[in-house]
Amino acid sequence: MTISNGNRHVGQPLKRREDLKLLSGKGRYVDDLKLPGMLHMAILRSPHAHAKIRSIDLSLAKAAPGVRLALSGTTLEDRIGPIVPNWIIPGSKVPVRRVIATDRVRFVGEGVALVVAESLAEAYDAISLIEVEYDVLPAVTEEQDAIRGDAPQLHENVPGNITTLYKVKGGDYEKANREADQVVKLRVVNNRLIPTCMETRAIVAAPEPDGTLTVYIGSQVPHMHRRWIAETVRIPEHQLRVVAPDIGGGFGAKMHLYPEDLICPYLARELNAPVKWWETRSESHQSTSHGRAHTEDLEIAFNNDGRILGLKVSTLGNVGAYLSNMATGGPTVNTVNFGTGTYKIENYEALSRVVVTNTVPVDAYRGYGRPEGAYIAERAIDAVARHLSLDQVEVRRRNFIQASDFPYRPYGSTGVMYDSGDYQALLDKALEAFGYDARRGECEALRANGIYRGVGVAAYTHMCGMAPSRRLAPGGFDRGGWESARVSIDSSGRATIYSGSMSQGQGHATSLAQIAADVLQIPIEDIEIVQGDTRQVQAGHGTFNSRSMAVGGSSVHVSSHRVITKAKTIAAGMLEVDEKDVSYSAGAFTVPGTDIAPLTFSKVARMAYVGHKLPDGVAPGLDETVFYDPTGMGAPSGVHMAYVEVDPETGIVDILDYVAVDDVGTLINPRLAAGQIHGGVVQGIAQALFEEVSYDSESGQLLTGSLLDYAVPRAEHVPNIRSSFQQTPSPTNPIGVKGIGESGSIAAPPCMVHAVLDALSPFGIKHLDMPLTPPRIWAAIRSVREGDAQ
Amino acid sequence: MPAAASVREVTIEINGLRRTAIVEARRLLVHFLREDLGLTGTHVGCDTSQCGACTVEIDGAAVKSCTVLAVMADGALITTIEGLTGGNGELSSVQKAFHDHHALQCGFCTPGMVMSVRNLLKENPDPSEREIRHGLAGNICRCTGYHNIVRAVESLASEGGVA
Repeated sequence: MTISNGNRHVGQPLKRREDLKLLSGKGRYVDDLKLPGMLHMAILRSPHAHAKIRSIDLSLAKAAPGVRLALSGTTLEDRIGPIVPNWIIPGSKVPVRRVIATDRVRFVGEGVALVVAESLAEAYDAISLIEVEYDVLPAVTEEQDAIRGDAPQLHENVPGNITTLYKVKGGDYEKANREADQVVKLRVVNNRLIPTCMETRAIVAAPEPDGTLTVYIGSQVPHMHRRWIAETVRIPEHQLRVVAPDIGGGFGAKMHLYPEDLICPYLARELNAPVKWWETRSESHQSTSHGRAHTEDLEIAFNNDGRILGLKVSTLGNVGAYLSNMATGGPTVNTVNFGTGTYKIENYEALSRVVVTNTVPVDAYRGYGRPEGAYIAERAIDAVARHLSLDQVEVRRRNFIQASDFPYRPYGSTGVMYDSGDYQALLDKALEAFGYDARRGECEALRANGIYRGVGVAAYTHMCGMAPSRRLAPGGFDRGGWESARVSIDSSGRATIYSGSMSQGQGHATSLAQIAADVLQIPIEDIEIVQGDTRQVQAGHGTFNSRSMAVGGSSVHVSSHRVITKAKTIAAGMLEVDEKDVSYSAGAFTVPGTDIAPLTFSKVARMAYVGHKLPDGVAPGLDETVFYDPTGMGAPSGVHMAYVEVDPETGIVDILDYVAVDDVGTLINPRLAAGQIHGGVVQGIAQALFEEVSYDSESGQLLTGSLLDYAVPRAEHVPNIRSSFQQTPSPTNPIGVKGIGESGSIAAPPCMVHAVLDALSPFGIKHLDMPLTPPRIWAAIRSVREGDAQ
Repeated sequence: MPAAASVREVTIEINGLRRTAIVEARRLLVHFLREDLGLTGTHVGCDTSQCGACTVEIDGAAVKSCTVLAVMADGALITTIEGLTGGNGELSSVQKAFHDHHALQCGFCTPGMVMSVRNLLKENPDPSEREIRHGLAGNICRCTGYHNIVRAVESLASEGGVA
């Protein structure tokens, strides 16, 4: 069948269809929901990082005005199952996590009791009346401290506080180490972050008159939430409806199972009333998952020409007090599997240890492991360039995986395969857009005047849309890698598409419609996208791992094709011609080479539903559902460059320019794609320069407990982002998409660090850990200057 | 403490409508707007007056409505995001510029950001990029990296201000 490309929507920078409601205050987020008789839950959280609970006195809270219920963890222990992670690396030791602590708390913010009241104010008033007596225990917050022999132990079944050991080996690192001209060691810290979706978490669980339960939740993964809630609260899954309305950002933090996700559904059934919980921002800092929190030791073996022969990595991943949903996979598979980055490093050895500490659980945050992996590769290549005083661009060129190498398995890996790309071309485009040579010269010239400017470069690749499903079981996943799409044509020829993906701001109502419009060849205005309601959307996995276009978009594409295939059969019957003689173009079926009048798609749709003249064996209806399971994963790549000026007197970094050249495969909508790069890059700049979660290492207190203390950048702190693309279609899916959401937050941290280190090179400073705050930079410069003075 | 909550009557003209209500003295304006008047376009993004998601216009000036008690707004003229769209659903110039320049993603910070942009352009009809970035320092956006918000405001600046 021929399908015309005359009216393509894919590749067009269409404006978003979802904007109008969001711009006029008509977005509907969970906290906007108000149901008759709705009750409000508030949770009392532990003020201690590690303590035994000696007693809890709920009597005053129970007697407070408006209070319907107050309870502690022991009441729920038998009624709501423990929270089980969804990704468990084989061999991991999994501590038991209750929804509310019973006898011991393990981080500041862990729930110890709750109140349900008629108003939110009454619920807050009442939790302040709960008396808890604690026996405070020694706490440990840093990963290096937690693995020491004398460290406080968090869980009986996790000796040494290590839940997971994970190893990767390819080639022969020891031999490379012996044969290399030089070996350099480097310790790098990947600072702990708070994802900071502007909408905090919220949930409303509402019993329905028919005995079912509806749960409204800002979820990136509504169908997975349905299954998890059903299994843990013991509600038959088919009697549970999960609705994810508009979501105010996710970035990974809204794809996990949290205690409140389970408590609200349980209490709604218990009290036979809607129960709402909404998280304050300060509460969010101590109860929603954090990100990153790694330390890695690198050993780099290289020759004097800059070629890296081998790399050895030792990772400590701090996952907080319990194993959150994906926690064992982040510091392991997602990080060290990608430690060689865009470089051909054939001798590679990595050991990752997953460590529990008395801190908020750490889980996926935009990139999850791939930013940490890219940081390993990029800091390694930068260290080689700096050590040999070679140009940072030239050293990258000498080590890049070449375009002719794809598909490429780094270090002979069985788990990692980069499907396609052309890194040299990306680098050339970035150098040109950036004006590298001129700026290099400018930096040198200005240094003579005491002006310290620097150029940073970083390259990255990773993998998106984890699949196929059968590959996920050995890795320890309790989920599949497919996505579903139902393309339902009504009797007028218009389409409603039910997608298992879940937008949190990415613009799927626009981008998925573009994909469908090209296949269905009907006006894009005649296509509606439905997501986020398990009663409407048959099944799905949701949105994470930059998978929505590659997997969700492909499922829409394939499903739309099936609709056209059936419509063509019906059209052939209506036209009384052989099916193989029928063409479909611009919304009409024609029989080329004849004078038979074109038959519109809408007329075929009508026939499908009246069923008056269908070919033998063809059932009525025009409605196709596809569960699309990819054959592999796409590997986006990119080269980013930054230009900075550092004020040596204050340590303040001024970002003068930022260039991003990304290869994310086929672009569905360049406008939305650039938006993803802008946002991701700024989150990456935030990690490099501003943000860091701080704990008091003695008491385990969270010091960055609100947005007053945690440095999310404002408009005046960040630059314009000059984004452009190279399109190497992925051979792993029918639309050639790779994935884009995580690119910026992967590339920007090493890029910014390299720019600042380049600016500081006259001082001989070779390494600093993120975030590169003014005090940290100023102190580094001062210690050099004081050293010089002595 | 839930000691006998003191209540007051307040009268506010909001988006052109006069509203009178009895409110608890401790009720924040943002909660009054959202919970009592159902104007949920104004959002709560933090609890320390950092994020600006709750920004509304009070007597012509952009104010974070979490910093004001409802009783303090007695007699005031308030405009929220819901008041910007014309009766026929037509977007105002700032809203339209946000749409044209893809200056929003999840949309949660957007109502507050739009209100702050109106205020910025009222005070400085032709701001430079630096002035735009500085002028929006009270509003956090986590999705857009601010890039396209700045473009949207620049487009209005070159058009000679806000309508």
